[in-house]
Amino acid sequence: MAELLKVRGLETQFRTREGVVHAVNGVDFNLVEGETLGIVGESGCGKSVTVMSMLRLIPSPPGKVVAGEALYQGKDLLKMSDEEIRHIRGAQISMIFQDPMTSFNPVLTIGRQVAEPLEIHQGMNRHQAYDRATEMLELVGIPKAKDRLGDYPHQFSGGMRQRVMIAMSLVCNPSVLIADEPTTALDVTIQAQIVELAKDLRDKLGMAMIWITHDLGVIAGLADRMAVMYGGFIIETAPVKSLYGNPSHPYTLGLLNSLPRVDKDINRRLESIEGLPPILMETPHSCPFAPRCTYVKERCLVENPPLLEAGPDHYTACWVDLETRSYR
Amino acid sequence: MTQPVSLENNEFGAGGRPISVKGESLFRDSVRRLARNKAAVVGGTIIVILILVALFANVVAPYPYAEQTLVDQNKLPQWVLSLFPTMKPYAQLSSDYFIGADYVGRDLFSRIIFGARVSLTVAFIGPLISLLIGVTYGSISGYFGGRLDNLMMRVVDVLYAFPSLLFIILLLAFFRSTFAHPTPGTFTYTMSQLDSASGGLLFIFIGIGLTAWETMARLTRGQVLSVREKEFIEAARTLGAKDGRIMFRHILPNVVGPLVVAETLAIPGYISTEAFLSFIGIGVNPPTPSWGSMISDGAQVIRTYPNQAVFPALALAITMFAFNFLGDGLRDALDPRLRGNQ
Repeated sequence: MAELLKVRGLETQFRTREGVVHAVNGVDFNLVEGETLGIVGESGCGKSVTVMSMLRLIPSPPGKVVAGEALYQGKDLLKMSDEEIRHIRGAQISMIFQDPMTSFNPVLTIGRQVAEPLEIHQGMNRHQAYDRATEMLELVGIPKAKDRLGDYPHQFSGGMRQRVMIAMSLVCNPSVLIADEPTTALDVTIQAQIVELAKDLRDKLGMAMIWITHDLGVIAGLADRMAVMYGGFIIETAPVKSLYGNPSHPYTLGLLNSLPRVDKDINRRLESIEGLPPILMETPHSCPFAPRCTYVKERCLVENPPLLEAGPDHYTACWVDLETRSYR
Repeated sequence: MTQPVSLENNEFGAGGRPISVKGESLFRDSVRRLARNKAAVVGGTIIVILILVALFANVVAPYPYAEQTLVDQNKLPQWVLSLFPTMKPYAQLSSDYFIGADYVGRDLFSRIIFGARVSLTVAFIGPLISLLIGVTYGSISGYFGGRLDNLMMRVVDVLYAFPSLLFIILLLAFFRSTFAHPTPGTFTYTMSQLDSASGGLLFIFIGIGLTAWETMARLTRGQVLSVREKEFIEAARTLGAKDGRIMFRHILPNVVGPLVVAETLAIPGYISTEAFLSFIGIGVNPPTPSWGSMISDGAQVIRTYPNQAVFPALALAITMFAFNFLGDGLRDALDPRLRGNQ
């Protein structure tokens, strides 16, 4: 499979009144054609900033991508001209957002909004664009799509709007779809439908996906590969089975233990990870998770671990082997 | 995947679109809500009648506005006399004039009708200029933000600090003296010709235009600033939309409501500015009839012939009320928070 996206050493910082916040600290990942990468982590760990940096959508100032490269089909997105990247956005890499309630312009009809990327990128006229938009809306399961082109966003329910959002982002046949917590604002049954829809569309259209979430349950059945983020670092990355079966970072383990599982003892109490995620004002010289970690050792407090091999194609940024509780 | 329920043949009837309400555009929805507001409908009707009267003034008015019949000066009909009985000892009656004639024997009614032209022109050109300058300025400032925004808004602050009426008076005095005796063929000459052709209105427009846009610019800037942060703007950006497209397609339609309301409510202000300028004698050139200059003429004889001041003043008041009512109605109709309540 050809490599679509290759991100190396991506670093993003925000200048604030209190100092420079290191939001993303040298993130590496790859995405091959048709692959789904799940990025998980709690709020503020840099998941969204990572992908927004890639598409150069970080508001600047205060944000700035200070280092790294993001190669899309061999071309660095971070070094492109504004015009070039504009043609990538929405046409080749598109995005869906968390809140389908606020992601639509309330004064434009759904038809115009779904057709907009086609007008921008493919120079279609209104008629052609509407035909294609109808097709896409049908594909995402909007009943009587043709009749609903003239409706306004407030006439759709949350789940329907998220479907429309997906239609809008896929209307130009992008090769990468970035989903930034697309199910967080939806209730559980609708979440499941949207995940099913995404799977279905991925199989039909063959695009690669980056699915950002903080819910390990949602992503398990969808992703091929997982990346767990903490404090602006990817702290563990592995194929999905390996990550769930053999979590090798205390944080990943903590996330998994905080989930209710039907296949384990259903009477056990859910475990929480004590404390709050750090806001990094400087490059850390210790493991950023150390203050909350139950496995912490001396080395964790003096040196930030790089990604170490923990198994076949499984990397973790932890000095400690969780099984033996000794240095790996 | 769960299949969406078919709406084709259900209990609401076969075919058609039984469940979903027909998508109602913002515009139609607003019109419907406006039509339910009685005060706004009355205001709107008065404005429409005024516009028609002003357009067809030559047809409607019984006399030309400048025709003097000196023997008829200050004459008035019987019903006006009964309205102001104090005039009985000296009033000369004449049924030729609907509400009387002025001090040189011009028909007051015709002059009020022609005066509507001036007031309505101001009522439409004023907002046009202020929207054009104000919205452009305000949206640039709000959209690009940052240092540019800061600079542009400080300029507005400084301009705002001038008392605007005084500023217009100074401007007009300056224009009138500069353009009083121009040499033919120069820019000043052209301006002066245009001004006399419009009966002195051109300089009033310039005066109003130079002061009225500031409020609009501030309002637009604030509105754009709030819409700019909305998620759908970010969404549009991720779709690869250009600044221009985001501005015109996504931001402006969202801010147009408050702007229209503010501008409609500002119209009485423009009308009264013109009336005031004409009242103090630096507005329209005589004999162009303006309600302000008519009130000014009438004010000189207000104790002897009150009808000459009262009727133009009444016309002015009714027009301003009409615009205010319409503006209030528009505000209620376009306010999205009230959506669905009416």
